[in-house]
Amino acid sequence: MLKIENLHTNVEGNEILKGINLEVNRGEVHAIMGPNGSGKSTLANVLSGNENYEVTSGKVTFDGKNLLDLAIEDRAREGMFLAFQYPIEIAGISNATFLKTALNEKRKYAGLPELSAKDFFDLIKEKSKILKFDESLLQRAVNQGFSGGEKKRNEIFQMLMLNPKLALLDETDSGLDIDALKVVSRGVNTFRSKDNAVILVTHYQRLLDYIVPDFVHVLYKGKIIKSGTKELALELEEKGYDWIKEEPAEIN
Amino acid sequence: MSEEQKIIDNVTDSDYKWGFVTDIEADEFPKGLNEDIIRRISAIKEEPEWLTEWRLKAFRHWLTMEEPEWAHVKYPKIDFQNIRYFSKPKQKPQLESLDEVDPDLLETFEKLGIPLDEQKKLAGVAVDAVFDSVSVATTFKETLAKDGVIFCSISEAIKNHPDLVKKYLGSVVPYTDNFYATLNSAVFSDGSFVYIPKGVHCPMELSTYFRINAMDTGQFERTLIIAEENSYVSYLEGCTAPMRDNNQLHAAIVEIVVLDNAEVKYSTVQNWYPGDKDGKGGIYNFVTKRGACRGINSKLSWTQVETGSAVTWKYPGCILQGDNSVGEFYSVAVTNNFQQADTGTKMIHIGKNTKSTIISKGISAGKSNNSYRGLVSVAKGAEGARNFSQCDSMLMGDRCGAHTFPYIEVNNNTAVVEHEATTSKVSDDQIFYLNQRGISTEDAVNLIVNGFCKEVFNNLPMEFAVEAQKLLAISLEGSVG
Repeated sequence: MLKIENLHTNVEGNEILKGINLEVNRGEVHAIMGPNGSGKSTLANVLSGNENYEVTSGKVTFDGKNLLDLAIEDRAREGMFLAFQYPIEIAGISNATFLKTALNEKRKYAGLPELSAKDFFDLIKEKSKILKFDESLLQRAVNQGFSGGEKKRNEIFQMLMLNPKLALLDETDSGLDIDALKVVSRGVNTFRSKDNAVILVTHYQRLLDYIVPDFVHVLYKGKIIKSGTKELALELEEKGYDWIKEEPAEIN
Repeated sequence: MSEEQKIIDNVTDSDYKWGFVTDIEADEFPKGLNEDIIRRISAIKEEPEWLTEWRLKAFRHWLTMEEPEWAHVKYPKIDFQNIRYFSKPKQKPQLESLDEVDPDLLETFEKLGIPLDEQKKLAGVAVDAVFDSVSVATTFKETLAKDGVIFCSISEAIKNHPDLVKKYLGSVVPYTDNFYATLNSAVFSDGSFVYIPKGVHCPMELSTYFRINAMDTGQFERTLIIAEENSYVSYLEGCTAPMRDNNQLHAAIVEIVVLDNAEVKYSTVQNWYPGDKDGKGGIYNFVTKRGACRGINSKLSWTQVETGSAVTWKYPGCILQGDNSVGEFYSVAVTNNFQQADTGTKMIHIGKNTKSTIISKGISAGKSNNSYRGLVSVAKGAEGARNFSQCDSMLMGDRCGAHTFPYIEVNNNTAVVEHEATTSKVSDDQIFYLNQRGISTEDAVNLIVNGFCKEVFNNLPMEFAVEAQKLLAISLEGSVG
């Protein structure tokens, strides 16, 4: 579904991603791990089209389309979802209005009619149950006055509502206590299916106890230097990153 | 170019859609102002002697006054002798029905979306249309008359209800009030008059549309609204003008008198021509709007959405004389390109337990300047007065300015006065977040701006809220780079 070939990216003139190759298929969960500053968040942002990140070379195909040619909103409408590391607050727009607008934009793009008010609220009921999401948060302005945990939960809630083909989770586990982590993980596990894929960007192995990945990749200085299965994450937990840094880069 | 800059530049490029000129023969006065011109205005309108004298007193007082310079706006000095003070579309003197109105005029109002034709009546809204200096047609007169409601042009009111006009004209905004109000008192041409009798809940919304058409003509309309005991009325005002390279002056007065237990809601969507993207042309909107809540438990709400004019100078106020009277001010002011707005309100607490609420939302884009200026004054005898003010500014880009000038004068220690202010920016992060959820930049900006203004839009009557939202959307049209 997603194929990244030799992707190079600059941020404010500095090269952050230095030739990423990665292939993600339907039904797969990939974890991207790595020390601070290795380019993990850059990867998530550049895929979703953040204009602060400049692609200098490389190719990304998403569901047969050239992803880099698509506008940010069209990437979203095609089914790419980014759960933000730091969700943005927007005063004045209720969470419900925001979600309804987003959902209908996606439906319009797919040639579907707008969702009726009843269907929309039924969907909210169904999805909020999974996350024990407080429905009063829907009437509040987007992320405004939300606690750190509520913001992260709101990201996963939006993911469930929008039902993307590919979800990019950018350090969704950071700042969560263990109960919140379990709830968020339940959301992601419910979402997982043979038709979609997930890329988890994380620092810690802890998240992978709850969301078990099919593949783990280690990103270091802008390159994937090691790929493996879930056992690799455990090894990293035990030994840290230093032992890999010394190994020669593995070719995908 | 950043996304924001693109939005701003595109906003800048969007056109003013109401800029057509209607080719109608007009009776115009020569340019300039003197006692003779004032006598001619009064004579052409067949006014009683007392009113002619009142105008002349105002004019003589005006000659002693200086143009105010304290507002946070800059514009070249106005040459008051280079303005035409009266322009009237040529037509039969007495209109018996709408059939007699010049079809070109009717077409103009059609273009503006104001169906004057009662057959095609806009659901439950009575309209008075003022074209240049003259009120052209008032709809629903008969329906309203059944309840004793008087809704007509102020010229007609002077002829048909002289006692009411004499009693209240200038009673809220005296002819000595301020430079522009004094000028208006001397030369006002027409405007609307509303009288709601005791105990009457006005059965429909009343609406006035103002249109400046003729060149080099100042528009000086004057509106007088009187709400007797236990009455209610909701009044709407809309304004547009053609695109002209030179600046045109608009100096209006609105006076409102609210008696015991009565309530008046006054809503404005102001969309005068703002000038082009280089700051050329546009209306100077120097307006005095004030209401007196004279009765106990009386209430006056001002709601305004200001998107037009090159320079705006406007402070709709409430004089809260009656005990327990309530004043409200809800405002959205949008400035763009080189527009300048200095607007806000005055809440004067005199009676006991009087309450006022001020919600002001300023949006600045382009190279514009947007200032909130508000006065909350609590008199010595105003036991238990209460005010809450919230002034929020939103900046789009980094070439515009937002300013807040709150003035608070409290002379009674039981008063509670609260003032909150925030400044926010439409950030690239917000746009990216919304884009990432499948919402285009144009829709994202509309969502953010509408969200920012929600508290004010909620106070507009339904049809007007829709119009206001459309107006904001049009101002932001083409914002995807």
